[in-house]
Amino acid sequence: MESLMMLLIGVLVAVATYLVLSRTFIRVILGTAILSHAVHLLILTMGGLKKGDVPLLNQSNGPYTDALPQALILTAIVISFAVTAFVLVLAYRVYKTNGTDDFDKLGGSSDE
Amino acid sequence: MSNMVVLPMIVPIITGVLLVFLRDYIKLQRIVSLLTMLFVMGVSGTLLYVVQHQGIVKVDFSGWLPPFGILFVGDTFALILVLTASIVTILCLVYAFATIGERHEKMYFYPFVLFLIAGINGSFLTGDIFNLFVCFEVMLLASYVLIALGGEKIQLRESLKYVLINVVASWMFLVALAFLYGAVKTLNMAHIAQRVAEVGQDPMLTTVSIFFLIVFAVKAGLFFFFWLPGSYSVPPTAVQALFAALLTKVGIYALIRTFTLMFPLDQGVTHWLIGTLAGLTIILGCMGALAGKDVRTIATYNVVISVGFILIGLASGTEAGYAGAVYYLIHDILAKALLFLILGTVVYLTGEIVVKNMSGLIRNYPLFGWLYFITMCSIAGFPPLSGFLGKVLIGQGAVEGQNYVLLALGFASSIIVLYSLLRIFLASFFGETTISEEDRIPIPKLAMTSFVMLGVLIVGIGVGAEALSPFVEDAAETLANPAIYIDAVLANME
Repeated sequence: MESLMMLLIGVLVAVATYLVLSRTFIRVILGTAILSHAVHLLILTMGGLKKGDVPLLNQSNGPYTDALPQALILTAIVISFAVTAFVLVLAYRVYKTNGTDDFDKLGGSSDE
Repeated sequence: MSNMVVLPMIVPIITGVLLVFLRDYIKLQRIVSLLTMLFVMGVSGTLLYVVQHQGIVKVDFSGWLPPFGILFVGDTFALILVLTASIVTILCLVYAFATIGERHEKMYFYPFVLFLIAGINGSFLTGDIFNLFVCFEVMLLASYVLIALGGEKIQLRESLKYVLINVVASWMFLVALAFLYGAVKTLNMAHIAQRVAEVGQDPMLTTVSIFFLIVFAVKAGLFFFFWLPGSYSVPPTAVQALFAALLTKVGIYALIRTFTLMFPLDQGVTHWLIGTLAGLTIILGCMGALAGKDVRTIATYNVVISVGFILIGLASGTEAGYAGAVYYLIHDILAKALLFLILGTVVYLTGEIVVKNMSGLIRNYPLFGWLYFITMCSIAGFPPLSGFLGKVLIGQGAVEGQNYVLLALGFASSIIVLYSLLRIFLASFFGETTISEEDRIPIPKLAMTSFVMLGVLIVGIGVGAEALSPFVEDAAETLANPAIYIDAVLANME
């Protein structure tokens, strides 16, 4: 099961890398969203997939599943949600003021 | 008493949220944000005194004892940085009162500065590696907003790049965290250190540590500083100064903490890599500073050079090197803030950013000119100003660690730094004045106050180094002997 998950994560990272390296804003932002999904699965897998019972003291005698990875992922999801929301709005404003959604046409050097 | 450790993070968040609702009351916003930072300064000063006498303080949230709960740890190193950061923020706020303009003030400028400070202080104080990630994100989200605030074409352009680079870097942080958790099954930094010491730092753990190195190097501007000159030169001056003073320092703090506490065992690989990156950073930063034609480029590349220089102290792996790094961090936070504030004011006064096109500022603004001179001397490391002792100690550390190449690079960079800043001084401050006495724009009184106070601090830290040395020595001792930190954090664990 772990190997299968790692393959899935690999595919997701490959897709995301392709998207992040493209030139239009929206594809890059979608790429970062997929990157964050990949890393959430990675945390889950590294924490060990289901190896025991529900971690509630009175429900069983153990061994229990490690609940910490879920807590970490929950936090990470909230953060990536906030950042994605912010960057979407920002990209929209950049598109409106600079009149392009292409990183190449955006220009780079600060002394223009 | 130990609950006080949480105040430097929690108080700015609470008052920041309050200020969101007081949008139209600008005077009140100013007073509340200033009082908040004064309070944080007082708390961190008190804690520093307590730690000096009673040892490291910590607070386990909700009473969950390590290694299960999240905790904040106040050791001397972290608290010195919190104290310095709050002082600089106060002075940047004072400068902002006079210059930032009503438009910014009504668009939640003060709340975001407070959120930024909350994230920075949280990063310094936390004892849990995942909590460090969360505090980093709090700080970064606030910094994204502060860069974009104002909504000019160039600001939006640079902020989008800055955000995307940091999103990818944060992603790598999470990847490193996942592998670390898979390997040691704990997130408490002291507990990680203990486990790594028990099992030995095998190549797998060293690889994980290099992942952390890359992440923090992006945040600190160590070698991966390609994003820094662009994004640090677009926001208003007060924000630039805050960023230059504090943001890269959080990355440096994380690097020092990671490689002195959690992964100190395979120095042949990790410290060699840090040393190499630091050397390359200095060389590339010097090239940028020499090639720069406008004041902002020169100033931002000076930030890059100092990042490389501080990390020579870490790469040396000696107690003297650590003490030098701590000392130089304090100096650099103050000096870079003053440098950016002064250069931002120069741009405001002349309307020019190219060095050649300005002249004779010192005739119209004598005190202002000489303050720039003091800043320049201090950054170049002239005794008895604040940069001197840090440079001496880092040099001593490099000699003890036998990093002679880094030693040479570090001191050669001082000359380049001096040259690049002296060029601005000679071209822009000396010479015939281009502005007549009637057209002279006055420097706002509050802005001048903050320059003078920063200048006094820079001289004071250099002259009064003796008073500061017990704290710096204590910080360096804890860094050199991670067992002190680990024992204090895991005291109640069997």
